[in-house]
Amino acid sequence: MLVDFNFRIIFEYLPLFLTGLRSTCFIAVVSIALALATGIIACACRISGVKAIKYPAIAYIEIIRSTPLLVQIYFLYFGLPTLGLRVPELQTGILALMLNSGAYIAEIIRAGITSVDDGQLEAGTASGLNYFQRMRFIILPQALGVTIPPLLGQNIVLVKDSALLSLISVMELTRCGQTMTSERFMPAEAFFTVAFFYMCIYFCLKALADWSQRKLIFREAY
Amino acid sequence: MMGFYFSRLVEIYPFFLKGLWMTSKIAFISLVTCTLIGFVLGVIRSSNNIILKRIVGVYVAFVRGTPFVVQIFIIFFILPDWGLQLDAFPAALLAMAIMGSAFICEIVAGGINSIHKGQWEAATSSGLTMIQQLRLVIVPQAMKVILPPLVGQYVLLIKDTSVVSVIGVMELTRVGWVTVVRIPEGLMVFSLVGALYFSISYPLILLSNYLERKMAI
Repeated sequence: MLVDFNFRIIFEYLPLFLTGLRSTCFIAVVSIALALATGIIACACRISGVKAIKYPAIAYIEIIRSTPLLVQIYFLYFGLPTLGLRVPELQTGILALMLNSGAYIAEIIRAGITSVDDGQLEAGTASGLNYFQRMRFIILPQALGVTIPPLLGQNIVLVKDSALLSLISVMELTRCGQTMTSERFMPAEAFFTVAFFYMCIYFCLKALADWSQRKLIFREAY
Repeated sequence: MMGFYFSRLVEIYPFFLKGLWMTSKIAFISLVTCTLIGFVLGVIRSSNNIILKRIVGVYVAFVRGTPFVVQIFIIFFILPDWGLQLDAFPAALLAMAIMGSAFICEIVAGGINSIHKGQWEAATSSGLTMIQQLRLVIVPQAMKVILPPLVGQYVLLIKDTSVVSVIGVMELTRVGWVTVVRIPEGLMVFSLVGALYFSISYPLILLSNYLERKMAI
């Protein structure tokens, strides 16, 4: 019961949890940066008129969105060695998170771009702007306001998803909880501490997302 | 070698179908319970009762702020300490119900809050009771806002059932994990697992896209 909740053991294991926290933050930051790049490229391919790059992008986005992340992680973790690639767990995990979030980010950006009214584009064309100028001066500034809040929401999802990397024994926050459980068999202390640290990250990111929502929402196209 | 593994995979294919059946079972039961609990919580969350609203708010924040794996570990490893011994399957259903209902609660509350206050007032002045107001006036209108993200959430929940494999429920992902030990062809095994997941969640994604287009007008 909660009566014999042992705080001393938590303090004893605090250094381990802090390493785990740092590792989770590191994984999240690296994966978000890579996923953003992947998402932008995938989205650019998705909305382009060239069929040779449009259809692969659609296939990538739809396959990722309709299979679980855990299956994607296992696919890479068990699959890459059969191709003769020896990739460490951490890199495999980051690759999986990158590919997974990249597909969602591509859809978020696409939703932002398509939310800009067609009339705006026509006005741009009528003003004699070329494709890149229309993107640069008309669409992207307006799409940004619609895109940033869900992008920050995706970051929250990614941090929580990174917990799944513990299953391929990447030493992150959840894995620290498992380590402590197996060493001392105190699952309550271990996993409530882990949950506490995740909550801290969640509230920081959520505050950021809410703030951006308030700041940017009125920049929506109209 | 590849061909040999492929024929072995074909041999144990029924095993995968069993996993798919288990996944569908977990998904179906938890979607139903999550929707029911989620609607009740959503109505509470959008009500005027400050205390109940806060309690639901804390619940939602806890569920949304922690990863689903951690929640499963808490339910599966800690509840026995508190005297509630659960098998893997009921523990998985409980975890899914707790997680899913928090997300659906937010969607429902968002939908109800999007309804103009005048509708509530009109319903009250027509002499409808609270339940009637919700059932006849508010929810039918809110459904338009609720439905597209709700179906999207269903897809996420179906995919999240893969995580319950960590406590040993023999569903699709777990079947893949067990198989890959015997047949060391990770790409092949997990492509098959992925394809089976795809076959359930992709139709729902298409439905969600369709609803989004239809409801937008």
